[in-house]
Amino acid sequence: MIPALIVFAYLCVVLYIGIFAFRKGKASGEDFFLASRGLGPAVFLLSLFGTNMTAFAILGSSGLAYRQGIGVFALMATSSSLVIPLTLFFIGTRLWALGKRFGHMTQVQFLRDRWECSGIGTFIFALTAAMLVPYIIIGVIGGGQTLEGISTVMGPDGKPVIGPDGKTMHWVSYEVGGAIVALVVMSYVFFGGMRGTAWVNAFQTVLFLCFGTFAFILIARSLGGFDSVMQKLAANPSSAQLLSRERILPTEFFSYMFIPLSSIMFPHIAIMCMTAKKISHFKKTVVLYPICIMAVWVPAVYLGVVAASQYPGLGPGESDDVIIRLLTDNVPYLLAGILGAGIMACVMASDSQILALSTMFSEDIFAYYGGKDRFGDKAQIWTGRIFVILIALLAYVIALALKDKAGIFELAIRFAFSGFASLAPIMLAALFWKRSTKWGALAASLWVAFAVLGTWYLTAVSEKIAPRPPAARQASAPGSVSQPTGQINVAPGQPTAVSSGQTAAPGAGAPGSRPAGPPTSPRLVQIYPALGDMFQRGAVNVYIYGFLPVMPMVLISALLMIVVSLLTKPPGKETIDKYFPKKETEQAAVSADPVPASRA
Amino acid sequence: MKWGLALFVIIVALLHQDIWFWTDKTLVFGLIPIGMVYHIGYGLLASLTMAILVRFAWPHELEKALHVTDEEVMAMKEATP
Repeated sequence: MIPALIVFAYLCVVLYIGIFAFRKGKASGEDFFLASRGLGPAVFLLSLFGTNMTAFAILGSSGLAYRQGIGVFALMATSSSLVIPLTLFFIGTRLWALGKRFGHMTQVQFLRDRWECSGIGTFIFALTAAMLVPYIIIGVIGGGQTLEGISTVMGPDGKPVIGPDGKTMHWVSYEVGGAIVALVVMSYVFFGGMRGTAWVNAFQTVLFLCFGTFAFILIARSLGGFDSVMQKLAANPSSAQLLSRERILPTEFFSYMFIPLSSIMFPHIAIMCMTAKKISHFKKTVVLYPICIMAVWVPAVYLGVVAASQYPGLGPGESDDVIIRLLTDNVPYLLAGILGAGIMACVMASDSQILALSTMFSEDIFAYYGGKDRFGDKAQIWTGRIFVILIALLAYVIALALKDKAGIFELAIRFAFSGFASLAPIMLAALFWKRSTKWGALAASLWVAFAVLGTWYLTAVSEKIAPRPPAARQASAPGSVSQPTGQINVAPGQPTAVSSGQTAAPGAGAPGSRPAGPPTSPRLVQIYPALGDMFQRGAVNVYIYGFLPVMPMVLISALLMIVVSLLTKPPGKETIDKYFPKKETEQAAVSADPVPASRA
Repeated sequence: MKWGLALFVIIVALLHQDIWFWTDKTLVFGLIPIGMVYHIGYGLLASLTMAILVRFAWPHELEKALHVTDEEVMAMKEATP
């Protein structure tokens, strides 16, 4: 019960921050949705970073490190440590400047104006909203599960008490936990708007930066240091793979460089970029961002690998909570509660996504279609607030109805990463290429929608032939940490095909068949053998010629943007002059200033 | 300078693909796998790269554009003999 009480205290603090932000606010749309574009450098960095760090990123990375090893750090963290700051530097600063100059509050406003077309904006609004909703649902599901998990009723023997229905008893049920999290998030977003959300995010970032460090130190002390754990892993040939990147495909590793492109295209990140008081706030942010990533991810990934020696044999679903297991077993109650609050901080990152959807709805739909002109600024703020309530309620209802189907939303999130990354060429073209057109943007956006649905379809039809991941395989081989790659347990006699063109029994090809025979490259299975290695299936993901779908998606999106733009009529001169005024301004400035620029 | 910086960023991006440590299981100080040590160093390099970009490629024109509105540009034009 103590950890649950500490988490409740944490939720009260978060709520208070939101209400305090409300008292500091002004009654204007720009203040509610963008904190009057006045965030200071520290809050800007911490809230931007916190907005990017979700439970999916932190708990998921430990689970993945448990299964795939230390390479997960390079796979997901260091690729982001370069690409995300680069996107902030090149795209974020420009979005900030355009927002400040022309009053944009969302990406859609900019894209509509840039390409003189409302339809493209509405389509991108619908696409991004559809890809963002699963995050909010996952946040509520995660909140309910975490509160339920840390409030387990313990008996005098220190073991969980089993109720009359045969299930573990909890002080706070999943339903109540989810409702509490939804209510708290909704309240501080409702009252505090962007200021409240940014302050809460900054607070949460500090908490989970400290959380990682404390967890690392305390678990190390409890285990008697990590060197013995690492030596133990290294001594076993199969578990030693976790200390290298042998369980990661080089093509997959390369593909991951494209995924951080999604960051700047997430509406909550793009909107957050417009909240900085000065453009110079980006300077410290882009330099310190890689350091923050390392501070969070080094402990998360390292502990995931440590957990492989402590809890061998967990399946993919179970391995996502290895950090919680390590904490429960190695850290005293009181500290576990504080660290549980840190985990809640990650889980509750859905606040900025709720606010972003609310901002998009009130700016891109309500205001754009005349609501603001007809009803005024106050009505727009209240529209945004009512939207926050509706979204939180909807997320809670879905989280209750689909409690046991969280996997669907996790899958949707994975596809959303690829989808948002593939939208990046559209934004780059809008900002840097005068010749880009609305038709190019429309073609690229339609391609993104089609590709996301296509990936979903391929994942669904290949589910039955998916090779079992190492952690699941090791579960069937007690005593060993994992089996060497190359040994997939398969139902004998069933037709299949594996990558590298090795086709098994005749008749293979229909999705749903399971691998057979002794495959040399077992990680990927051909989904349609007639098409060779074009579509392949791994333990979790679908691959295209060994690469993750995100890579072809981004490249084709960029290609469509270029080709279709060149084939269609460019935007009017007025629009080009508006968004690319550099030369004109410079010329005018030079003409007005008798002192040569070189001597100034 | 611009192209030099672009080349530098590309090299840094390529350094992420450290195939040479792919199967190396050496533990540095008996504690951290060498691949992870490399990538901790890479994270520091990413930070340094951004510091270099901020120093030498900062988009000053964006700050200027905020202080010079279209009307001011027109006024400047009219003021020009």
